[in-house]
Amino acid sequence: MPDKVTVTTPTDREIRVERSFDAPPDLVFEFHTKCEHVKRWLLGPPGWSMPQCEIDLRTGGRYRYVWRNDDDGTEFGVQGEFREIDAPNRIVTVERMDGCEGQAVVTTTFGARAGSTAFVITIQFDSKELRDGALGSGMTDGMSTSYDRLDDLTAAVREET
Amino acid sequence: MQSAAAARLDAIFFALSDGTRRSILERLARGEAGVNELKEAFSITQPAISRHLKVLERARLIRRSRDAQRRPARIETHAVAEAAKWIEHYQQVWEASYQRLDLLLADELKKRKRT
Repeated sequence: MPDKVTVTTPTDREIRVERSFDAPPDLVFEFHTKCEHVKRWLLGPPGWSMPQCEIDLRTGGRYRYVWRNDDDGTEFGVQGEFREIDAPNRIVTVERMDGCEGQAVVTTTFGARAGSTAFVITIQFDSKELRDGALGSGMTDGMSTSYDRLDDLTAAVREET
Repeated sequence: MQSAAAARLDAIFFALSDGTRRSILERLARGEAGVNELKEAFSITQPAISRHLKVLERARLIRRSRDAQRRPARIETHAVAEAAKWIEHYQQVWEASYQRLDLLLADELKKRKRT
């Protein structure tokens, strides 16, 4: 079983997500770039589905993910454009979350290890404020969660302090 | 999303993203310590220790007494536990997706071996 994901903020404008996968980079790359696969796993916490997925995997091509909370029907999404594609090693995109100002440059690398993949996403925002906003919403790079749940959590944190 | 909550989260993430600061927190978990004691324990300069303590203080993970000359730093046990919970939750959002991906990758590898 691979180590759990780590999330860090290497600089003021960045979020970094690291994980390893017990599969070679070409397979991990494929599962990140084909909707038939993405729709089955890129769903965040239980209770969310991805009714819309579009990936036009070429430089200048666009992608679009929309998630839906199956309980209350809440939807939100992200869209982006591919800037660089170096299969199966590296992808650079510019991404924007629905309802959020500004955009982020998202660099994903799939590093080859002995039979596994060292996977790193670095999300660089235009400003620290945008980065903090994304961290606060708990949703970055297509990872989803319920805004309600996070709001409850931040409320709880505020009450406790 | 209230910016206060986001700012707090940011401060916590930043504070915990550095190995030295995590070690300082571990040290403080065993009892309060002044800058000089920490400097000796970690073999880094006093200004460096002071900077790290400032970051930890801003994230409200430690508290420093204002009056005493040596201004000992003390861990805020409650705040650290709460920060750990926050980050754990945040990582769980990603982890939930990646554990699904682990299973799909394993299935695919099995299929490929068979053919």
